[in-house]
Amino acid sequence: MVFKQDRLRRTMMFVPGNNAGMLKDAGIYGADSIMFDLEDAVSLAEKDSARTLVYEALKTVDYGDTELVVRVNGLDTEFVKADVLAMVKAGIDVIRIPKTENAAMIKEMESLVAEAEQRFGRPVGSTHIMAAIESAEGVLNVPAIAKASERMIGVALSAEDYTTDLQTHRYPDGKELEFARNMIIHAARAAHISAFDTVYTDVDNTQGLIDETEYIHQLGYDGKSVINPRQIPVINSVFEPTEAQVKNAQNVIAAIERAHQAGSGVISMNGQMVDRPVVLRAERVMKLAQASGIVDKEGHYIGK
Amino acid sequence: MEIKQTAIDGTLESSDIQITVSQGTAGVQIELTSDVAERFGTQIKATIAQIANDFQLENVKIKAVDQGALDCVIKARTITAIQRALQTSAEPAWEVL
Repeated sequence: MVFKQDRLRRTMMFVPGNNAGMLKDAGIYGADSIMFDLEDAVSLAEKDSARTLVYEALKTVDYGDTELVVRVNGLDTEFVKADVLAMVKAGIDVIRIPKTENAAMIKEMESLVAEAEQRFGRPVGSTHIMAAIESAEGVLNVPAIAKASERMIGVALSAEDYTTDLQTHRYPDGKELEFARNMIIHAARAAHISAFDTVYTDVDNTQGLIDETEYIHQLGYDGKSVINPRQIPVINSVFEPTEAQVKNAQNVIAAIERAHQAGSGVISMNGQMVDRPVVLRAERVMKLAQASGIVDKEGHYIGK
Repeated sequence: MEIKQTAIDGTLESSDIQITVSQGTAGVQIELTSDVAERFGTQIKATIAQIANDFQLENVKIKAVDQGALDCVIKARTITAIQRALQTSAEPAWEVL
């Protein structure tokens, strides 16, 4: 199986699908993933318009290495089939399913995507899927949802609908989301896919965003959804490794290279055993350091 | 193909273009309002005319109010407005996309 956690997904920026100006500029803010929204951000009367606009943007605008995601309309809507066909034809990286309740919905989306790939001559299996978890039912089923398809790359918590479903609302301390966040990170890790935390809606409260990002970073999340580009550097800074972490990662990688050259699989460094998890963690630290711009191309620490 | 009703897509926001499609009698007529008409007018009209041609429209009036839209936005708004005018919005126009 492909190790799908390989890709950095610190930020996934929401872009309303019918906003020409935002579609044009979406690539310049440095988000790891961009999520074009055809669902809640688009009124019923504009579904056709947003679909065509996102299609044309995907075909022509250069978004570089950014992972491109589209949130299509729900599987129970009249729009979803045309959404999937158009986005697959345009070569989207990931289809995001809203309001995912169970594994059967992933299977349903999987067959829509496969049908679209065949129809438009896209390589079968090239379009990935992710699931937004927005209800109690979805949270309870998330382990099965995360493992429902080889196409799955991630699960995301969507807290606004979820807290409404729980008959609560969002509190500053986020205690109401504890169970969902823990379920989702465990389901994601067990399935070797990414975990995305929900948006932080109070865009003017930078300290609140930092606190929440530090918390989900501690839990093990890959990153957060973002509604305003100003939140991207704040979240990235939380994921930025310290100099000590970078130096340690470099030592681990150097030690494992020496061991490989000597023909040995297991090594010790400073008296501690260096095994596969330690190496994987070191590689992730170096990837984050590269993305944060605190090491040069050869991996030398250059600071900020 | 015949225009069945007058239809609009797009907005007057920056980077967008608003396209109004209605029945015509004298071929493909395009009326463009744009601050950059002097430099890009010919190109914008050519993009719109190409889409009208792809839909095989013989007689149509297209009014375009441009706010500095990229070519892909001009294409998208024209396609959607024409599909609405043809009453074929439910299915994307694969022959044009």
